[in-house]
Amino acid sequence: MIPDLREILKHYRDPRLAKRLVEKIHEISKDLPEVRIMHVCGTHEWTITHWGIRSLLPENVKVRAGPGCPVCVTPASDIEAAIDLAIDGINVVTYGDMSRAKGSRMISLEDCKALGGRVRIVYSFIDAVKMASSNPGEEYVFLGAGFETTAPLIAYEVSKGLPKNLTIISAHRYVPPAVGLLAESYDLEIDAFINPGHASTISGMKAYKEYFERSRKPMVFAGFEPIDVLIAIYIILKQIRENRPEMVNEYLRSVTWDGNLRAQRYMFEVFELMDGYWRGVAMIPESYMAFRERFSSFDARRRYGLEEGRGDSFHAEARCADVIKGRIDPPECPLYMKTCTPSTPIGPTMVGVEGTCRIWAQHRVMGFRCHGGVCRFSERS
Amino acid sequence: MASAEKHITLLHGGGGVYMHRLIKDYILPRIGKHRRAVELPLEALADSAVMDGIVFTTDSYTVKPIFFPGGDIGRLSVAGTVNDLCVMGAEPLALSCSLIIEEGLSFEILGKVLDSMKTTAEEAEVDIITGDTKVVERGKLDGLVINTAGIGRRSPLLDHNLERVRRSGRSLSSRWLTASNIRDGDKIIVSGPIGEHALAIMIARGELGLQAPSIGSDTAPLNRLMEDALRAGGVVAAKDPTRGGLASLLNEWSERTGLGMIIHESRIPVSDQVKTASEILGIDPLELANEGKLVLATAPEAAENVLNALRSNKLGRDAEIIGEFTKEFDSVVVETEIGGLRYLPMPLGDPVPRIC
Repeated sequence: MIPDLREILKHYRDPRLAKRLVEKIHEISKDLPEVRIMHVCGTHEWTITHWGIRSLLPENVKVRAGPGCPVCVTPASDIEAAIDLAIDGINVVTYGDMSRAKGSRMISLEDCKALGGRVRIVYSFIDAVKMASSNPGEEYVFLGAGFETTAPLIAYEVSKGLPKNLTIISAHRYVPPAVGLLAESYDLEIDAFINPGHASTISGMKAYKEYFERSRKPMVFAGFEPIDVLIAIYIILKQIRENRPEMVNEYLRSVTWDGNLRAQRYMFEVFELMDGYWRGVAMIPESYMAFRERFSSFDARRRYGLEEGRGDSFHAEARCADVIKGRIDPPECPLYMKTCTPSTPIGPTMVGVEGTCRIWAQHRVMGFRCHGGVCRFSERS
Repeated sequence: MASAEKHITLLHGGGGVYMHRLIKDYILPRIGKHRRAVELPLEALADSAVMDGIVFTTDSYTVKPIFFPGGDIGRLSVAGTVNDLCVMGAEPLALSCSLIIEEGLSFEILGKVLDSMKTTAEEAEVDIITGDTKVVERGKLDGLVINTAGIGRRSPLLDHNLERVRRSGRSLSSRWLTASNIRDGDKIIVSGPIGEHALAIMIARGELGLQAPSIGSDTAPLNRLMEDALRAGGVVAAKDPTRGGLASLLNEWSERTGLGMIIHESRIPVSDQVKTASEILGIDPLELANEGKLVLATAPEAAENVLNALRSNKLGRDAEIIGEFTKEFDSVVVETEIGGLRYLPMPLGDPVPRIC
């Protein structure tokens, strides 16, 4: 079975196809003013960085990473609240990368654990459920960060009922309104979007319709193989050249217009969309998945009187917010790979497995120098 | 950061950044000094040392499980030490064998391991001529640990090989196959598909819920393969990509030479099974350990010859020229299969502990 999967994948990594696409990208972008394309998914950033796609693009085509990392956009106050609970002797359960993100006091749940706080790391929410059911005498709070890709699983478990000693701080965010906000943030000067393949598999293309209609900027829903991304870039450039913006689905093998209706049903049965703060970005209307009244007994915010997530609270010299918004590339931050590294992370973007700084650091990217249309790595700093 | 570390972690044994730091900053300053003249001393951090014409190396084996597809701790303990000798350009002569056994180990297991050592030693044409045996209390060790040391002498083919390099008017910094001989433009050859040993071990532990019956360890003594390469001539440096894999080896060479290199990903031999399994596990085959592969740096004009010589040997039939040293870059740059460029950083450590 495994080799067949490989055969399918080969088409999405075909060197000849890639070469032709790159040629066509160069051709169609010739003489265009600078085009800024944003994607909003950490996995897209990984594909682009790992396959060296930026080094293949013409000088006037820039691809920037937007807020595609759930850990990075989780408000500082949610991290603070979780730390306080852990210090008070409540078991705080979360994902490994979430536990390393620092809040406003510049400590993380991991630091809190080292100081004696009760922090447990899990791979999946189901592990938290198991943990709580096998220790009924203890209280558990799950800090749930994630987009519509993770929220349905949690909603499903909640709808089935959770152990009484387990509640959730929902920091879940819904991506479409964020794309809408970025599309209309004129200071960012983003010309087009590569929309997230995984998140859109759940939400469907329809969730982006109103934002596309308002901004009239090309939006291509793309998969995560290098050929997917190159095709998406080509489609965007073609739309820009012909001045015919559209919503196009490149990721036909996964994304549909309606999305995963079953997942949506569970997600919206349990959560309702409220205005929510995205760390480093802004308050985004109808983007925060808050517990509906009916499920309030599972809501840790109500049980412990916690406020809704707010606050950036980044290190004073760090430029995390600009990285999250896609305003700058990581090497433009003065801390990148100097004091802030994967083993000594300062900002959340160096912590989240989908964080732009972390992905760049893992590939040791220090920046690009372009001359004569040929992009080369800049020297190691 | 290093000064804040208080304890040894598994990362320190992983063949990456942490292990290199441990050796350079902690071990060498304490025990690296020598009174007699040593041609290639400890601080050269080569695979073997050289003194008075004797090539000398040692290695300990803690692999878990003891038996795995494609090999066992016995085969590994002979092949690994033979390989550390032969990549210097030495002809391996004899090995020692120290056994540290956990109380309760069955004679059946011990017997199988010893038989495997004997078969592998015969394959490599070396003798085991000295040894030691210790037993520790139950629970103080995981079954069996083996240490082997090996001695060898300069291979008669090494001078013939280096003569080929000198003939093109080029001078050599070392009379052994060390990184100091490498120059801008030299080619890099890998002797066969990478990543098999580490993956075979990971899968054999059964913790991943993965099955890949065709992935077996590549554990093998490489001295005959190395001789074939030397006979062709033009090899300037050699190493075997064990812990930390190809990524660690190439970064080490880049650091030692101050040269960058361009590696063509599409030419790196990796089996489809290894590629797929690595992708599922989210690990890079370039960082996975091998126990039966050579990486050679050759003079540019000699590369094809050496490649053909390797390919004529069963152990090197899938050898490829994967890239070359270049001043254009300052470190290891990979040209991806789709033609993009990315850095290949030094791994922090091996993705799995106790693989050799």
